[in-house]
Amino acid sequence: MILSALIFILVAGGLLSWMANRWHPDAAKWVALATVGIELVLTIWLWLQSASAMALPAHGGWLAETRAEWIPRFGVSFHLAMDGISLVLVVLTAFLGVVSVACSWTEIQERAGFFYLNLLWTLAGAVGVFLAVDLFLFFFFWELMLVPMYFMIAIWGHENRQYASIKFFIFAEGSGLFMLVSILALVFVHYRGTGVLTFDYFELLNTAMSPSTELWIMLGFFIAFAVKAPIVPFHTWLPDAHTEAPTAGSVILAGVLLKTGSYGLLRFVVPLFPEAAGYFAPVAMALGATGVLYGAFLAFAQTDFKRLVAYTSVSHLGFAVLGIFAWNPWSLGGAVMQMIAHGISTGALFVIAGILQERTHTRDMRRFEGLWSVMPRLAAMGLFFAISALGLPGMGNFVGEFLVLMGLYRASSVLASVAAVAFVASVVYALALVQKTFHGENTHGWKLHDLSSREMATLCSMAAITLWLGLYPQPVLDAAPDIANSPPAVAAAHQEGNAE
Amino acid sequence: MNPLPSALHSDSLHSDLVALSPLILLAGSAVVVMLAAAFYRHPRPVMMLTLAGLVLSFASLFLSQGIGSRQVTALLVLDHYALFFIGLIVAATFVVAVLCYRYFGGSESRHEALYILLLLAALGGGVLVASSHFASFLLGLELLSISLFALIAYPRFTERPLEAGIKYLILAGFSSGLLLFGMAVVYAQLGTMQFAKIGTMLTAPDQALELYGLAGLALIVTGVGFKLALVPFHMWTPDVYEGAPAPITAFIATVSKGAMLALLLRYFLMAGAHQSQPITLALSLVAVTTILVGNLLALLQDNIKRILAYSSIAQLGYLLVGFLAFDPLAIEAVAYFLTAYFVTMLGAFGVVTVLSGGFNNGSEGESHRVAERDSDRLADYASLFWHRPWLAGVFTAMLLSLAGIPLTMGFIGKFYILTAGVEASLWIPVIALVVGSTIGLFYYLRIIAVMCAPSSQAITEPTMRPVASPSLGESVTLAALTLLLIWLGVFPAQLIDVLEGTVVDLT
Repeated sequence: MILSALIFILVAGGLLSWMANRWHPDAAKWVALATVGIELVLTIWLWLQSASAMALPAHGGWLAETRAEWIPRFGVSFHLAMDGISLVLVVLTAFLGVVSVACSWTEIQERAGFFYLNLLWTLAGAVGVFLAVDLFLFFFFWELMLVPMYFMIAIWGHENRQYASIKFFIFAEGSGLFMLVSILALVFVHYRGTGVLTFDYFELLNTAMSPSTELWIMLGFFIAFAVKAPIVPFHTWLPDAHTEAPTAGSVILAGVLLKTGSYGLLRFVVPLFPEAAGYFAPVAMALGATGVLYGAFLAFAQTDFKRLVAYTSVSHLGFAVLGIFAWNPWSLGGAVMQMIAHGISTGALFVIAGILQERTHTRDMRRFEGLWSVMPRLAAMGLFFAISALGLPGMGNFVGEFLVLMGLYRASSVLASVAAVAFVASVVYALALVQKTFHGENTHGWKLHDLSSREMATLCSMAAITLWLGLYPQPVLDAAPDIANSPPAVAAAHQEGNAE
Repeated sequence: MNPLPSALHSDSLHSDLVALSPLILLAGSAVVVMLAAAFYRHPRPVMMLTLAGLVLSFASLFLSQGIGSRQVTALLVLDHYALFFIGLIVAATFVVAVLCYRYFGGSESRHEALYILLLLAALGGGVLVASSHFASFLLGLELLSISLFALIAYPRFTERPLEAGIKYLILAGFSSGLLLFGMAVVYAQLGTMQFAKIGTMLTAPDQALELYGLAGLALIVTGVGFKLALVPFHMWTPDVYEGAPAPITAFIATVSKGAMLALLLRYFLMAGAHQSQPITLALSLVAVTTILVGNLLALLQDNIKRILAYSSIAQLGYLLVGFLAFDPLAIEAVAYFLTAYFVTMLGAFGVVTVLSGGFNNGSEGESHRVAERDSDRLADYASLFWHRPWLAGVFTAMLLSLAGIPLTMGFIGKFYILTAGVEASLWIPVIALVVGSTIGLFYYLRIIAVMCAPSSQAITEPTMRPVASPSLGESVTLAALTLLLIWLGVFPAQLIDVLEGTVVDLT
């Protein structure tokens, strides 16, 4: 019950804030804030409830479940379930929801009601994606979250918003249709084998199929998730969409929507197709490592603040892909950690970019310079999150990347050493970002007011979480191994036990 | 024998009449409306009578359904499949009739004949979906087409509708000729014109379609292909859609195409045409090209009606993918997709109708200036979201449904079609469908993007014209269509239950 509440609160809150805008222009944002606030409290309560369960080594993995008939003709049910990993991601979604409402507080003046409707519905779709364990329902939410996101970019975006929003939608939707075909193929393979027509995740696990069928079906899923994750040849929508979206849109895109891609790899691709994922893993890991390096190098070449941050996402999420396909407890823990930490630190960098753009009306770093003397608080925050993005020990990203590399080393030492090069590259782009923007003389004569208390509170809470993730990552790591219950991971865990 | 047979006979006559009641009521209301219009020339009572006739005919479907599947003479079969599609046609005609009233000048103008034609066209469609014999097939088709020429060219003092009417006339005549020839050739080989008999003859051990029969089937498929605007035969569609008055365009896009497709599916299944390898191969080729060409050509258009025309070509291509699976699931898929397509197209052209000034029957002189064209240029829709939010919302919902986005019927329809295609392992058409709908997103999004452009640009736009405000009937209709679109998109189970019942008779 509580799981469907997590989705419906956001849907209802969105409608409410749309209507609220009619009787008072400021009402929309308060309603939206209240909605995401309730959502966050609820998810944290859930986490606290289940924390003890997750600390046990041999728990079943699933913390809550809701099920109702939906379309019996196809064996489709409204089936939601939550395990540790979806819990952590839902908490992240709710937290970034609060952040994105806070950072749109003054930025969005026109048609605020419709804006918050779209924002909250995107979040609802994402929560649905993280909770759905019926493949039809999953696809339903997967497509559903794109539409409000499209409107957010197309209506409230920056100069080139038409191009970016249409590109984003076509990439996501087109790849999604390949996944739909794959889902159907999987369902019918299962139907022919067992005579049961069902879209249920648990029943489709361990479907027997021939290796080539398995590979083809897996590739359909992989394409959809690779576009979202993003994995390198499919990433070209990302810099445009992130750059043109309004601040809240960029935060949600980077923090939540990209996570749905790596979540899909983790939840569906590997468990449903263990064999195929096994022999596809070298390719996927090579693509991941390419992404890590390619994203970092391209980030260095950017002059647009948001575009630079967008490319760092490609680089960081390459680590998550590496961790998932290396598939051992360390690398998986690292991948989950990386997903969470990237959501917070990149989200914060986009908030900073939004604040700068709101005051200076530009994102071009060549026109910034010497902002430290003008806005010391903002500059300090910028430095903090840039360092966190480059993976300084003590911050969340470091834990994630370190664990991924450690796990990856067991799978492929070559790829691990290639990916480790990214540490150097990321130092270069992160420090270049800080130097170009904040250091030097204020030659352009900027006169700007520093962070308001609302902005300060937003960024400080994000900084605190980054530090917490870096210094005491255990709660997140407890949630991660849940996923390792499926066959290949059992083998890996077994190996590890022998080694000790 | 005893009096028993005669009692049986009158009994069966009675149930024949009950089974036929939806069609009889349609024909009857056409006559009543004609008489009413002859004695009392006012559009309002005439429209009311038309609507009442349609409602009665729809209600009698339930009566007729109680009898179950029934063959009435050799010509017509009133099974659940036919009844479902008659219901769909009657409902669509109802919507079109409501949309026509203000568009053609309301109570100010004399457009009573329009409703007679609409009823006759609906009757033609009803006969088509119920026919099980070449004779009734042709009868229904001609009834539908001939009413349509007149409907398309109804604003007869304006250039575009007239041009569209003549184009349609020539092409429809041509395709009917092909059809007739095809039927004659099939008859020459097999000596029967009943679908079911053709089917049983072909399943007999040493019988197969020879060259004659095959050529006949190919000609029939070509003739139907013209009506359905499948790709090598699609040239007329955009011109006719653009020229015809918007509500009539909605009628062509839905009733005319839907009835033809329902008939084609029945013919294929009853007459066993799907066992002919070359024909199914050709049809899958047609499906692939229809999807790709329809979507690609839509990218080049700047006119909403033309975009919708190409979009409807592509949608028919999607339908063919489901069609090609030829099993119970395929029939369900086609029926669901067609229902979704009806709702969506009626909604989309409904919005175009509401935004257009319409025709005031130019004979009345200066006071009723004839609109040169409908509001169908992309510029007419600029920033519609901000000055007519509800209308833009309805249009967006319809476009998203055409694109197959969740929460709408279009999504479930596309899902159904893909399911049927994947189940029958039709990989190439399925991939074409995926690629086609990805391309299609671009032009749907383009319209949506124009509608949500900031309003400051729109005011300086010189092409902005004063737009008519929708009548109550139109608003209610559009709202109902949108609600239906979303309701059946989220909870499709009820409609699926109905469809499962319709399939039983055909297989």
